[in-house]
Amino acid sequence: MLSRDFIGFSLSSVMAHRTRSILTTMGIAVGIAAVVLLTSIGEGVNRFVLAEFTQFGTNIVAINPGKVTTFGAPTGVFNTVRPLSLEDSDALNKIPYVTSVVPVVQGNAEVEGQGRTRRTMVYGVGSQFPGAFKFGVAAGGFLPDDDPRAPRAYAVLGSKLKNELFGEANALGERIRVGGDRYRVVGYMQSKGQVLGFDLDDTVYIPAARALDLFGREGLMEIDVLYAEGAPAEEVVAGVNRVLISRHGGEDFTVTTQQQMLDVLGSVLGVLTFAVGALGGISLLVGGVGILTIMIIAVRERTSEIGLLRALGATRQQILRVFLGEAVILSALGGLMGLALGIGGAWLLHFLIPAMPVHTPVSYILMAEAMAVVIGLAAGVTPARRAAAMEPLEALRAE
Amino acid sequence: MITLEGINRIFQVGDQQVHALDDINLTIQPGEYLSLMGPSGSGKSTLLNILGLLDKPTSGRYLLEGREITSLSDDEQATVRGEKIGFVFQFFHLVPRMSAFENVELPLVLAGMAPSVRRERVNVILEQLGLMDRAHHRPDQLSGGQRQRIAIARATIMKPSLLLADEPTGNLDSRSGTDVVEVLEKLNAGGITLVVVTHDGQVGKRAGRRLRMVDGAIVKDERG
Repeated sequence: MLSRDFIGFSLSSVMAHRTRSILTTMGIAVGIAAVVLLTSIGEGVNRFVLAEFTQFGTNIVAINPGKVTTFGAPTGVFNTVRPLSLEDSDALNKIPYVTSVVPVVQGNAEVEGQGRTRRTMVYGVGSQFPGAFKFGVAAGGFLPDDDPRAPRAYAVLGSKLKNELFGEANALGERIRVGGDRYRVVGYMQSKGQVLGFDLDDTVYIPAARALDLFGREGLMEIDVLYAEGAPAEEVVAGVNRVLISRHGGEDFTVTTQQQMLDVLGSVLGVLTFAVGALGGISLLVGGVGILTIMIIAVRERTSEIGLLRALGATRQQILRVFLGEAVILSALGGLMGLALGIGGAWLLHFLIPAMPVHTPVSYILMAEAMAVVIGLAAGVTPARRAAAMEPLEALRAE
Repeated sequence: MITLEGINRIFQVGDQQVHALDDINLTIQPGEYLSLMGPSGSGKSTLLNILGLLDKPTSGRYLLEGREITSLSDDEQATVRGEKIGFVFQFFHLVPRMSAFENVELPLVLAGMAPSVRRERVNVILEQLGLMDRAHHRPDQLSGGQRQRIAIARATIMKPSLLLADEPTGNLDSRSGTDVVEVLEKLNAGGITLVVVTHDGQVGKRAGRRLRMVDGAIVKDERG
C-alpha cells in the first residue's frame, strides 16, 4: 500500500465524522495552544531579561567585598574582611586581558543646581565608566583621568537630571551641590532609559573617592573589571584572585562573572518555562486520552470494515497502520489547530499589551507539533493493535 | 485447481463440540461453476470460508493451484486472498463513506498499485458492469442490485481465479437477484471458478455442479 493511500484512507474516516473528529482534536489543540502560548511568554520574558542584562556587554567580572561561603566554625580574628580600596582597583588594571576597571560606590543624595533640588542616585565611579558600560556622553566629557585619591570636584549629569535642573539650557561649567559639596558640571550623558526598573538617566556621576567621603564609606561597593572580547574568563578571574589575595592576605572578596549571573538567571527562567510547559502537558495528556477513547470506539464501529479489508487481502500490519495513521492524523490536526491558537494568542497578547515580551521560537513550534504526533501514536497503539489482532471471519460477521 | 482432503472443522461452543465440517474431500476443476446448498447449520458457509482462507480447518489439507495453503503464515494467506480469491457477500460489505469507484479500487490500493493504473482498471470494470454513471455515488445512494454489482466489481478487480459468493442474492429482490447471478455467470464464462452458497433452489440449480450438504458432510454431488 502506498503511503499516500494510507494517509488518504485514514483521512477519509477522519473526515467522515467531522464533528466528532474536531471535538476529539480539541483536547490536543487546547494543550498545544497552552504550551505554545505559555512557553512563548516564558521565552519572551527570558529574552527580555537577558537583553537587559547583556546590554552592557557580557565580558564583565564583578568583585564585591566579603566572601559568600558558610564556615563550619567561627574563624575568629583571621576572618576579617578588608574593604575594597581604590588602590585595589588600580592594581587590577595590570592583569592581562583587562581593558578597564571601574570602581563603584553608589548612594542617594540631594543634588542642587539652578536653585532646584532633586534627590537622585549618586554613582561614584572611575573615568573608564562610559567606555566600559557603553554609555554615551551627550555633551562635554566624562570625569577626567585624575589621581584616583585626589580627584577634582567634577560631576557628570544623567540626561533626566540635567533636564530637571537645567531644562534646555547649557549646563556645562555650571556649579551644583551634591550632598552639600560643590561640584562643577563637566558633561552630561545620553539617555539610557530604564534597566530592570532603575532609571539610569536620573543620576549624577562623581569621582569614586569623593563618593566614599560623601557616604562615609570605608571601601568600594563593587569593582567592575572589563576584559577583552574573546579572552578566557577563567584566566581573568584567576588574575583577579591572585592580585587581590596577595594584597588582602586572604580571599575576603567575591568574584562573579557575567556568565555566572546569566546562568543563574537562565536556570530560574528555564524552570519557570518548564513549569508552564508542564501545565500545558497535562491538557495534552487529557487530549491523548480523548483520542484513545475515540479510536477504541472507531475500531468497534468499523469491525466489519476491518474484516472486509482482511478478506480483500490486507495484512495485519496494514490494518495496524491504518488505525495508527488515523490517531496520528487526529492529533496532528489538533496540533495544527493548537499552533494556530497559540501563535495567534501570543500575537494578540503582544498586540494588546505591547510591554509584554512574547517570543515563539520555531523550534518550539516544531517540538509542539512533534509532541502532538507522538501523543497520537501513543494513544493509537492499543486500539490499532486490537484492530490488527481481529480474526477476519469474526470481524466480517460483526454488524 | 482446488483439492480438499479430509477437512474437519470443529467449533467449541460452551463445553460442546460442534462438528461443522466432517471429513470433507472435494476437488474443483478450474472454471467450474459450483453451487453449495443445504439447510442452515449444514456447514456450507463454513466450507466457503475455508475455501476463502477466512477460516482455518481443524484438520485436513487444502491445496489451491497445487500449493498447500493451510500451513501458510497469516500474511501469506492475506496475499493469497488478495490475489487469487474474490468474495461476494450477502450484505455487500461496501465501505459506506467511500464512493462506488473507491470501493472497487480498494483491493488495488491495498496491493500498492499506482493511482493511474488503478483508475484505468476500475473504469474498465465499471464500464463492463454498466455502472459508469454511478461511479461517484456513495453506497447509500445506490439500489441493492447496484451495490451487489459494485461488490462483484471489487471482488474481481484483482482478476482472481476463484470467486466465492455467500448468498449473493439473499438480500435482493428476484429481478436484481437474477441480474446479479447473470453477472456472476458471465464472469464464470470468462474462466473464473465460481462457488455460490445459496438457499435459493432457483439460483442453485443453474450451476453446472451442485453440492448438497447436511450436518457437515457432502451428501449429493450432481453435474450437468
